[in-house]
Amino acid sequence: MTDKFISIEGIARRYPGAGGGETTIFEDLWLSMKRGEFGCVIGHSGCGKTTVLNILAGLDQPSEGAVIVDGQAIEGTSLDRAVIFQSHALLPWRTVLGNVAYAVTSKWRNWDRAKVKAHAQKFIDLVGLTGSEHKRPSELSGGMKQRVGIARALSITPKIMLMDEPFSALDALTRGTLQDEVRRICLETGQTAFMITHDVDEAIYLADKIFLMTNGPGAVLAEIVENPLPKDRGRIDLHRHPLYYALRNHIVDFLVSRSKTFAATVTDYDPRNVPVVRPGKPELVVAAEAEDSIEASWPSVARPSTSA
Amino acid sequence: MTSSLRFRAAVVSIVLFAAFLGIWHLATRSTGAVGNMSPEYAKLMGLTATQGKSAMPGPLDVGAKLWEHLRQPFYDNGPNDKGLGIQLGYSIARVGLGYLLAVIVAIPLGFLIGMSPLISKALDPFIQVLKPISPLAWMPLALYTIKDSSVSAIFVIFICSVWPMLLNTAFGVAAVRKEWINVARTLEVGTVRRAFTVILPAAAPTILTGMRISIGIAWLVIVAAEMLVGGTGIGYFVWNEWNNLSITNVIIAILMIGIVGMLLDQILARFTRMVTFPE
Ligand SMILES: Nc1ncnc2c1ncn2[C@@H]1O[C@H](COP(=O)(O)OP(=O)(O)O)[C@@H](O)[C@H]1O
Ligand SMILES: [Mg+2]
Repeated sequence: MTDKFISIEGIARRYPGAGGGETTIFEDLWLSMKRGEFGCVIGHSGCGKTTVLNILAGLDQPSEGAVIVDGQAIEGTSLDRAVIFQSHALLPWRTVLGNVAYAVTSKWRNWDRAKVKAHAQKFIDLVGLTGSEHKRPSELSGGMKQRVGIARALSITPKIMLMDEPFSALDALTRGTLQDEVRRICLETGQTAFMITHDVDEAIYLADKIFLMTNGPGAVLAEIVENPLPKDRGRIDLHRHPLYYALRNHIVDFLVSRSKTFAATVTDYDPRNVPVVRPGKPELVVAAEAEDSIEASWPSVARPSTSA
Repeated sequence: MTSSLRFRAAVVSIVLFAAFLGIWHLATRSTGAVGNMSPEYAKLMGLTATQGKSAMPGPLDVGAKLWEHLRQPFYDNGPNDKGLGIQLGYSIARVGLGYLLAVIVAIPLGFLIGMSPLISKALDPFIQVLKPISPLAWMPLALYTIKDSSVSAIFVIFICSVWPMLLNTAFGVAAVRKEWINVARTLEVGTVRRAFTVILPAAAPTILTGMRISIGIAWLVIVAAEMLVGGTGIGYFVWNEWNNLSITNVIIAILMIGIVGMLLDQILARFTRMVTFPE
């Protein structure tokens, strides 16, 4: 119980359908993460990833179910859960410093100007934007804007960082650098992070757990892939790791074929008991791993030992 | 490149203006058509007609008169003979007051309409009916209820400038990007602070555009309103000078109305630029 820092418990999201009925984007979705973990959701467009993230953020409400964070059901948005938006969502009439300071003053309302500025500056420096404090968003490149978005999110020292495809609009080079920054910051601060991505390599590099979602409507969390690569992995030599291809192929296979056929082929699917896989690792390791950590997180549930 | 374009445009403007003055001068210099006039009309037109001079003043007459006005804009020789500056001052003061009242009403109400779909829908029929009413149509009702002609003119200015501001504010507020609102929401920013720190700056360019349209309409309407209520103001001045058959003064007043209107517009344009942000 204690290591379920985030627990999504049986949430559903429905929209009024075209013909008067309801369209279910997903239902009975269960998902949990430990403190300090980095989770990535991968799935095709329209399967409901953004909806899940918005519900986690409190920007959207589930039609059913609840989200528990740190032992408390969430109600609406919170300064504990910072969001990094795909479109960076900087306030264009404020400078870089102004944007970060806006978040800082929102969290600490009685801080004086100097304190706010010093705190904001610390996070601007952290994301490598020293010297651009007084620029407006329109004067920044896409990568720099997203850095401001990251600084703004980090500046309120949130319990969880939520990222909706934060780097998808960036060129490969900038994306790589920002991935490094995010990984460094998350490792250094033990930040819990939940991220949506389309990029398999991004997920492999950043995530401890990768959540695979099937296609919508009626999307389900098909499986949880535990990243078997070592914690000290580097982005550049990621693909040299012996387990890299097994992992990558597993995820790509899912995206290419199993995400479509999942509902038809898997009959004994239990949404509360989603299979956890560690591609490339022998069965025994999965079982051993399941013994000490996964089973512990859901003590009452017998977990099938699944592999690819 | 742009500076040379600007220079060339200025040259063309000056040439056009000179041509206009030239044609005006030639057209009003003199005519031989004295005999063609009916006797009553000739009598009515007095010397100008009998001497074969055009009744229409030429640019030189207007220039001389204008110089006279500019030398002493604020003289006051009783109700029917006040300086141009005083008359313009009255008009600007009325426009300013009516406009200010409109700002005070339209912007908060526009915020409410923009933020609440319920209020927006509820008020929509009223706005739809009230908006197309010519502001001057309110004049008799205003005179009857308010009883003071000057205040009635201010009311008419209020009524005509309130709509563009109200609609633009409501539209600007409703169209604030969802993601900016979401930023405020994730930062747990309260409604009031959100209105001032996100919605107001985001909607400000649209609001200011509405305010700019309003000031233009207000300045159009004040002339007509003052012609109706009389007493003071540039509109009254025009009407009075028409009754005095001083076409020269009418032309000068027209020129002044144009210049003041342009200045008011420029002031609002400057404010609009100040709040506009590049994206
Ligand atoms: N306001 C809405 N009304 C109806 N359907 C919606 C609305 N918002 C999203 N959807 C639908 O929900 C599904 C999931 O959307 P989203 O969470 O944005 O997907 P993803 O982020 O995985 O691409 C999509 O099929 C989309 O059409
Ligand atoms: Mg999405």
